[in-house]
Formats: sequence, C-alpha cells, structure tokens
Amino acid sequence: MDTSHFFVTGDPMIYGADVSIVLAVVAIVFCLTYFKKWGWIWREWITTVDHKKIGIMYLLAALLMLFRGGVDALLMRAQLAVPNAHFLESEHYNEIFTTHGTIMILFMAMPFMFALFNMVVPLQIGARDVAFPALNAISFWLFFIGAMLFNLSFVIGGSPNAGWLSYPPLSESAFSPGPGQNYWIWGIQISGIGSLATGINFVVTILKMRTPSMRLRDMPLFTWSTLASSIAILGAFPILTVTLAMLTIDRLLGGHFFTSTAGGNPMMYVNLIWMWGHPEVYIVVLPAFGVFSEVVATFSKKRIFGYSSMVFSMIAISVVSYYTWVHHFFTMGAGADVNIVFAICTMIIAIPTGVKVFNWLFTMFRGRVRITQPMLWFYAFVPCFLVGGATGVMLAAAPADYQYHNSYFLIAHFHQVLIGGVVFGYLAGMYYWFPKIFGFKLNDRLGKWGFWLWQIGFYVCFMPQYALGFMGMTRRIYTYNASAGWDMGWAPLNMVSTVGAFLMGIGFIFQVWQIVYSIKHGERDVTGDAWDGRTLEWSIPSPAPVYNFAILPEVKGRDAWWYQKQEMKNGDYQEKPVKYEPIHMPKNTGVPFIMACFFFIAGFGFTFEWMWMGVAGLIGVVVTLFVRSFQYDTDYYIPVEEIERTENEYRNRVLSAQQTAN
Amino acid sequence: MQQSASAHVSNHDHGHVDQEGLKILGFWIFLVTDCLLFATLFAAYAVLHTHTNGGFTGKEFDKPGFIIETFILLISSFTSGIAVLFMHKGNKKALLGWLIVTAALGAVFVGLEINEFTNMVHEGATISTSAFLTSFFTLVGTHGLHVTVGIFWMIGLMIQLSRKGITNVTKRKISVISLYWHFLDAVWIFILTVVYLMGVM
Amino acid sequence: MRKWTKLAKYSFLTLLGMVLLAGCDRSKYIVLDPKGPVGHEELRLIIISVILCAVVIIPVIGIFVYIAIRYRDTPDNKAPYQPEWADSKVLEVIWWGIPVVIVAILGVFTAKTTLNLTKPPVKDVKPIVIQVTSLDWKWMFTYPDKKIATVNYAEIPAGVPVQFVLTSSGTMNSFWVPQLGGQEYTMPGMSMGLWLQADKTGEYFGSGANFTGKGFAHMQFRVKSVTQENFNKWADSVKKNSPALTNQGYKNLEKPGLEKELSFSSYPKGLYEDIVNKHGGTYMDHMNHMGDSSSMSDMKKDDKSMSGMDMEHNK
Repeated sequence: MDTSHFFVTGDPMIYGADVSIVLAVVAIVFCLTYFKKWGWIWREWITTVDHKKIGIMYLLAALLMLFRGGVDALLMRAQLAVPNAHFLESEHYNEIFTTHGTIMILFMAMPFMFALFNMVVPLQIGARDVAFPALNAISFWLFFIGAMLFNLSFVIGGSPNAGWLSYPPLSESAFSPGPGQNYWIWGIQISGIGSLATGINFVVTILKMRTPSMRLRDMPLFTWSTLASSIAILGAFPILTVTLAMLTIDRLLGGHFFTSTAGGNPMMYVNLIWMWGHPEVYIVVLPAFGVFSEVVATFSKKRIFGYSSMVFSMIAISVVSYYTWVHHFFTMGAGADVNIVFAICTMIIAIPTGVKVFNWLFTMFRGRVRITQPMLWFYAFVPCFLVGGATGVMLAAAPADYQYHNSYFLIAHFHQVLIGGVVFGYLAGMYYWFPKIFGFKLNDRLGKWGFWLWQIGFYVCFMPQYALGFMGMTRRIYTYNASAGWDMGWAPLNMVSTVGAFLMGIGFIFQVWQIVYSIKHGERDVTGDAWDGRTLEWSIPSPAPVYNFAILPEVKGRDAWWYQKQEMKNGDYQEKPVKYEPIHMPKNTGVPFIMACFFFIAGFGFTFEWMWMGVAGLIGVVVTLFVRSFQYDTDYYIPVEEIERTENEYRNRVLSAQQTAN
Repeated sequence: MQQSASAHVSNHDHGHVDQEGLKILGFWIFLVTDCLLFATLFAAYAVLHTHTNGGFTGKEFDKPGFIIETFILLISSFTSGIAVLFMHKGNKKALLGWLIVTAALGAVFVGLEINEFTNMVHEGATISTSAFLTSFFTLVGTHGLHVTVGIFWMIGLMIQLSRKGITNVTKRKISVISLYWHFLDAVWIFILTVVYLMGVM
Repeated sequence: MRKWTKLAKYSFLTLLGMVLLAGCDRSKYIVLDPKGPVGHEELRLIIISVILCAVVIIPVIGIFVYIAIRYRDTPDNKAPYQPEWADSKVLEVIWWGIPVVIVAILGVFTAKTTLNLTKPPVKDVKPIVIQVTSLDWKWMFTYPDKKIATVNYAEIPAGVPVQFVLTSSGTMNSFWVPQLGGQEYTMPGMSMGLWLQADKTGEYFGSGANFTGKGFAHMQFRVKSVTQENFNKWADSVKKNSPALTNQGYKNLEKPGLEKELSFSSYPKGLYEDIVNKHGGTYMDHMNHMGDSSSMSDMKKDDKSMSGMDMEHNK
C-alpha cells in the first residue's frame, strides 16, 4: 500500500485538528502526571468491571462523538448554504458525510444506548451487576478502540468516503483504494463485536439476575425495551460481522463476493447490509421508547397505560423489523411482487409504534403532569416522531419511493425519526437518570435554552429538506446548480436549512455548559429519589454504592418502589429486621483494555494492509483470551462492616436533610 | 424517607445466581449468534456457488479427502462425548486422555483441510479466481478457523484440569467447550451436504 | 433579555418569509408537477398516502395538545386524577383497529400502482427502447433502432412510451428524471427496465441518484421531448453530422472525468450488451425487472447483435 500520504496533508482544517489532538494528548498526560492520577485512572476506570462506571464511560464517549458528528454536519451544511460553494471540495465533503453517518449511528447512538442499559438496568431489576461484568468491560473497550481507530482516519491515511454503508462496487479496491475504506471496516467490525457481546450480556442479565421476587411481568418497561433491543442485536450483528468480513476479503485478498467481475454480486451486499441495517435502527429506537415509558409514568404520577400492550408492541417491532429491509432499495428492481410484500411489512411496523404513542398519551390522561426536563423532551418527541413516522409510511409506498429514494425527502425522514425518536429519547433518559448516576440534577434554566434551540433548530433545518426532496435534490451531492443551465431553485431552502443546523449546534453548546455548570451548582440529590420515582433504582442512594443493593429488594408487583412508598405513607409498611451478609463482587481486570489494544494493533495493521501487524494483533487477542482463561481468582467479598458503614452514612444524610427541611 | 432497610429477603442465598449456569446459558446464546454467522456465509455461498468464472467447479472436489475429514471430525465429536461422560464420573485421568484424543483428531482434521486448500491453490484455484471459490474458502475456512481456535482452547483447558482437577468451574469450562465442539460438528454436516456432496453431484 | 427576544422574533420571521417565498414558485416542486403518466400515477399514490397519514396524525397531535394542557399538575387544576386507571379494551380496539384499516387501504393502492408501473404507460402506442449506461461521471445513451448515441442528453418523442434499459460500467448509480417519473438503479452486469413517458414537448432535468464518488454531484443530464417528426429529424441530423463513437472513443468515455453534451452518428455493434456482459452479465438474470417480456423481444428484434446471445441461460 502506498503510504506516501500516511499523514493527511494539504488542508488547513486537518492541520488544525492535528495540532489540537497533540495538544489534548499532551494536556491529558501532563495532568495525570502532575496530579499523580495514573494509578487512580488504571484502578478506577481502565480496569473497572462496574456497570455504573462503564455506563459513565459510554456516556462521555457518546457525547464526544455527538460533538464530532455534529461538527461534520455543520461543515456539510456550511458547504451547502450557497450554490457552487468551494468551502469543501468534492472528496472532502464525501469523507465528511461518510464519517457523519457512521459516527452518529455506530459511535454515538449505540454507546449512548449502552450507557443507559448499563447505568439503569441492573438497578431497575434489583441486581448487583450484569451477568458477565468482565465481558461488559470488554464490550466498552472494543467500542472505544473501534471508535478511536475510525476517528484516527482523518489525520492519518484519510477517511472513508463511500457513504456510511459503503456500497460496492464503489467501496471495492478498484474504486476506493487506500486505507480510508479499511478504517471504516475495522472500526465498525471491532466495535460490533463489543455490541454483540453486550446483547448477550443483557439478555442473560434480564432473564437470570432479577431480584428473586420480580417476575417478567413486574419488570419496568425500560428493562423490557432493553431485552427486546438486545434480542434484536443478537440477530442482526452476526450478519454485519460476516458482511464486513466479506468486503475485507474482497479488498485485502482479492476476493469476489461483491465485485462486478469474476462472478461477484454487488446487490448481495446491499441486501446483507440492510438485513443488519434495518433492525439496527429499531435496536436504537426501542430503548428510547423504554425511556419515555418511564418518564411519562413518573411525571404523570400514574401507572403506564396498557403495560401488556406496550410489551407486546415492543416485541412485535423487534420481530417485524427483520421483515422490512428491502424498503431501503425498492429502486434496485427486485420486482413488483417483492416490492409489494416489503412495502406492506414496512407499513405494518408503523402500527405497534403508533399504539405506543397512544398508550403514552393516555397515561397522561387523568394523571397529574409535571413538566420537568425529561418530560419536555417527551413533549418534543411526540409531534416530531409522529410526523417522521408518517413520512416513513409515505416512503413505504414503493412507487412513491421511486421518487423519494435518495432525495432530501429521505434525509429529512430519517433525521426526523432518528433525532426526534432516538436522540430526544436518549437525552430524556440522560436528564432523568443523571441524578442517580452522578448525584446531582442538571440545571433547568440552561437546559431550557438548550431545549428550545434544539427544537427550533431542528424544524428550521429539516422541514425545508422535505421540500427540497420534492424539488428533485439528491442526497450526497457536495454542491448544486453546478452544471451549466440548471438552476433548480434549491438555494433559498438550503440556506434556511443551514441556519437551523447551526441553531442546533448552539443548543448543544448550552447543554455542555449546563453539564459543566451543574457539576458545582446543580441541585444535589440527597435521598436518591430525585423525581419521586416509581421503580427500584430510586430506592437506593445517588450515586449508588458499588454493590447497588445492600439487601436484595422484595418486589410485589409493577412500580414496586412507588407502592412501597404508598404503604409507608399509610403506615401499612412492615419493616423487617436488617441482617447484612458479605456481598460477592467481581474483581477489576486489565484484560479487557489489553485485549482492545491488541484489536487496535490488528485493525491498524489490516487498515494499511500490513499483514504482519494485523496477524500479530489477532494473535495478541487470542493470547489475552488464553491468559484470561487461566485466571481463577476473579471475585472478592465486600465485608459486612463496609456495607453497614455505607448504609448508615446514607441514612444519616437523608435524616439530616429531612431535619433541615422541617 | 428510609429505603435500604426496606427489603428483607435474606441474603443467605446471595449465590442464588448460579454463576456456572449463567455462563452456560450465555454460551448457548453465543452459539445461536455463531449459527447466524454461518447461516450468512451459507446464504452467500448459495448465491455465488454457480459463479465459477470458467475455473474450478464443485465437481472437482477431492471426494476421498472430504469423506475422511468428515469421519475424523465426527469421531472427534464422539470422543469428546466420552470425555464428558468420564468427567461426570469424576475420572480426571480418563477425561484428560479422551480430550487429548479429541484435540489430536481435530488437529488431523485441520491438517487435512490445510492440505486440501494448498492443493487447490497449486492447481490455480485461489480465493481470487472466482466468486464461487471466494465463498467456498471463506465458508469452509471460517469453520476450520473455529476448529483451530477450539484446539488451542482445549489445550488450555487440559492444562487447567491437570492443575485444578475436576471442580465446579472446570466442569463448566469442559461443558462449554464440549458444546462448542458438537456445534462445529453440526456445522460441518451442513458443509458436507451443501458444499461437497451437492458440489460433486 | 428584551433585545434578544426582539432579535429572535425578527430572525424567525425572516426565516419564515424565506421559506414561504421559496415555496411560492410551484413549478419548482417538480415531483408534485409531473409531465408524464408515470409521474402522475406516482403522484396519485403520494397524495393518497398523505391523506391517509393525515387522518391519523392530525387528530393525534390535537389529542396530545389537549391532554398536555388539561392534565397539568397545577394547584387549581380541577381535572379528574385517576392514578390507577391503566386499561381500556375499547381504546385498544380503536387504536389498533384504525391503523390496521389505514394500512390495508394504503397497501391495496400501493400494490395496484406497483403492478401498473411494470407495464408500458400506454398500450396503443409502439414503445421505443433507449439504452442507458452510467459511467464515471457521465451518462451515455444508445438508441438501438436509430443506431445513434449521445452523452449527457437524450431526446425522446412526446406521447410515446420509452423503455429505458439501464446498466452501469462500474459503480452503482440511479437514473432519475423527476418530472417524468421515479428512478431506478443502474448496476454493472444488470440490465434494468424503466418505463417513462413525456406527455408533451419540453425539457426535463435528470440526475444521478445513487452516490458514485468524486464527480457524482455533476451527473446531471437533459431529457428533451419533441414531436415524433422532430425526433426523427433530430436522429437523422445526428446520423449525418456527428462523429462516430469508436471502441477507443468509448474507452475514453470510461476514463473517470466529466463530459459535456456529445452526439455520435453510430456506435460499435452490441456495445450495450458487451458492457453488460463485461461487468458480470453472464451471471445475472437478464429479465427486465420492471418491464415486461415483450420489451425484451423488442430488443432482440431491433438489435441483430443480440440474437447470438443466449439470454435465458443460467450457467
């Protein structure tokens, strides 16, 4: 491989990024050394297997990636604000839209989702950790290293530029030589292994680690959504792994899975990648629905309407999502019969989704609705997702799609459901569970500024794009009105859309300010029950102690914590004597991080087609697994004295807060 | 508002979560995903198996070769079953012995397969000759890689067994690899049928 | 704060104005203003789907606004509070039932339209065939019965159904003339059929619609529909005055780069079929997926070079 362009040159923005990266690394190393925190960071974070800390790391990574993906978006919109702009030339723009899509779905939405799974699910089911804590850490570090590898591309070697799904033949060596496309493959491949492991972990956790008295039908809906999503992950990610491997074999070993010569079939890639790709978007949206079920019930002070219907619809969505993939390429000419079947399946999946919206609305009906930050984001979600879902049904009508496909109508639709559904949902979750994880709430005033800027920015950015689709504007063009004699009138709406994008960017800045400000000034959560919640996670301190529950809770039905509080208010509650026992916990381990480092070496090597390095990295991974297999001393016990101390400290804190209040 | 004093379920059962059972369930689920992995490879093979680009076709597979490979792998699955029976009887020596036989048979299988692939390459049938060969080498090669990993895994477990003896943990580990080994055998039956038998007919 | 709110208000109004004014020129919404029967049929389905969706979406948003306002947790709110009410079979039947009915209706319309579009837009006029090849980064049109070729523009007779057969010389693109109808992918080794027709004379915007790399944004082309008489005149003029497209000429077109509009009086025999075969056509099913078989026999009849090819083989 030609490595004369190892470092990406020629672009002032890239040089600026190089400098920032070096400065940031130097700053981090300096701070860690000066404050003597190397040991701390190794012990407390790099080797942790605690699901709560892993959740925090996932959240930080997701927010960082939201920033990077957002900057990509602003760069694109800046280029498209006026016709024939030369802010970004073609290949640079192509790299940016490719990295924007890949980052937002795979390195922002997935880790944000895993953050919520990790921070919340064990606490909701009365468990002390997930089923496989070390595997959980492996999942995080594989994601981290995959994301690092992918992000490295824009300064070393060059980024991929064939779109976020890299269709062949464009993504084959003949049309996309060089490391860029390989970065895409390996970044996602490594991270995808972590995702699959998380799917396995949470299915087993939810099925086997609930506190003994919690039946499946007592589980909170967020946990149900995690289960549905995790099962979907199990079905979809193996397909992704194989498809990426096949593309690698084509590129690295001269194979012919998807080439147009020697018998390869590019259409097979399109089918396979979307057989993963469609379930993937339901994988990310189901937990957002789970978040809203918790938020709406809590802030309506009412039980969720139609619990069984909600569970059924989530499972239905999870299953039917496997039967819709062809709608991503109705125009690839599969034939009328195939198109009709998939059009109808796609419309069918809108039904359970719509049912959920009704259930949330009728939870609020005859409730007492408080408008808090999480609830605000639910209010934003309802109209946004309804319209986005409707345009989805419009797209499902295959012949209509022949006009919408790959136009700005499509872009507007999927951003509306992904932002309106997934991002708004995860943000609601972040605001809702922030006090549980960090011990303080996020400031309301700054939050409102961020919220309104996001809302206005979103509609100003994306509503014009539906119109642009009707005006015949295709996606993935770096400029328009470029060809002589064609002025299609797209300029004004593009300018408006760009303004909207920047409004959203400013909204995000307010959110970052909000987080930083609240670290010092945010309202502290003393009781652990910041919102007068309904489910078990609110029955323990904030932040939760390392063992979560000193005694495994007894659950008598749904919304167990809420009904226990009612009993305590009425004086019906029978408090039983407390007898602590030593708690069995997993030990920290450096294996996950080390294995991820070997995966990085492998991925980097294969990206540049240095086979020796790639193979060495893979051998390193296998050796790490081998070594781990020999480790038998992996657990320890928390002594009773420590548990007593923690619980008493917490009780005193609550009592003194109550006294101050009185 | 008091909280943690609330629930009372006695903790004598804190190991109520059966750690070993958990890991076996997790491995079953992993096998389901591995099954899907192979299913995808089979699907690609089904699409591409007639795309021979004027080169090597299925009719040219070495019949005695894949029949012997099949016998070896099936017998190794049988011997792994015997090993597990001895494990349940608590007979560490017999367990180790039959594991060695299993691993050795696995190694012979891999050796035969490497030989088969090398011969094909020398005849000019490489992974880049045609889409058929690309999907053949990938499908069969992925299975062979799984077997190879399994052999090293088995060796590691044999060392652990000789040091720790038969405990709850080592029992679970042997059960897991035994599941893995049987799974690979099942996949091979499909490969034998779909790739080799349907290829030579 | 006052200054900021005023600024925000004026900015918002300006934006709104821009949006509304931009929307004033209806003819720019070309998908909503089709110039041929295929586009009209697709627009009909679009309108039906909008109406069916609006039937659900608008009332639901209304219900949402009502509920959000009525049940707010303010001290003087007298609305009933029933924290345990969480079930209603009647409501469930309504909100499962109505969407099912809507999907059924839309499904029927979708199925009918999808099947219709596989047939020629009108039955009583003899269609013409135009072969389309997408290259990096230009479009080549070859006319099997007129035996001429063009690059980046095509002329068609108005009122006549055109069967475009589509292929690619390399990467996967998509052929889209929004004013005449929907698009279809161009793929190496495949020959895809797409029926389009212009009702009247006019000039229509065409573009590539599936990303193919560096020059993709420049893949616009012009489709001009003229009277049958003028179409014949144009073809004759091209035959008389334009240079021939040689094999070397085609190889030059294959080189990555942009092109202006070109015309050729002839092209190498079987060029389109060779392109299809060279890029994997021998392994692909040659049936036009969106045309009907009569168009394939038309192709066989009109282009003798294809008679030697076994179109039905499945090696």
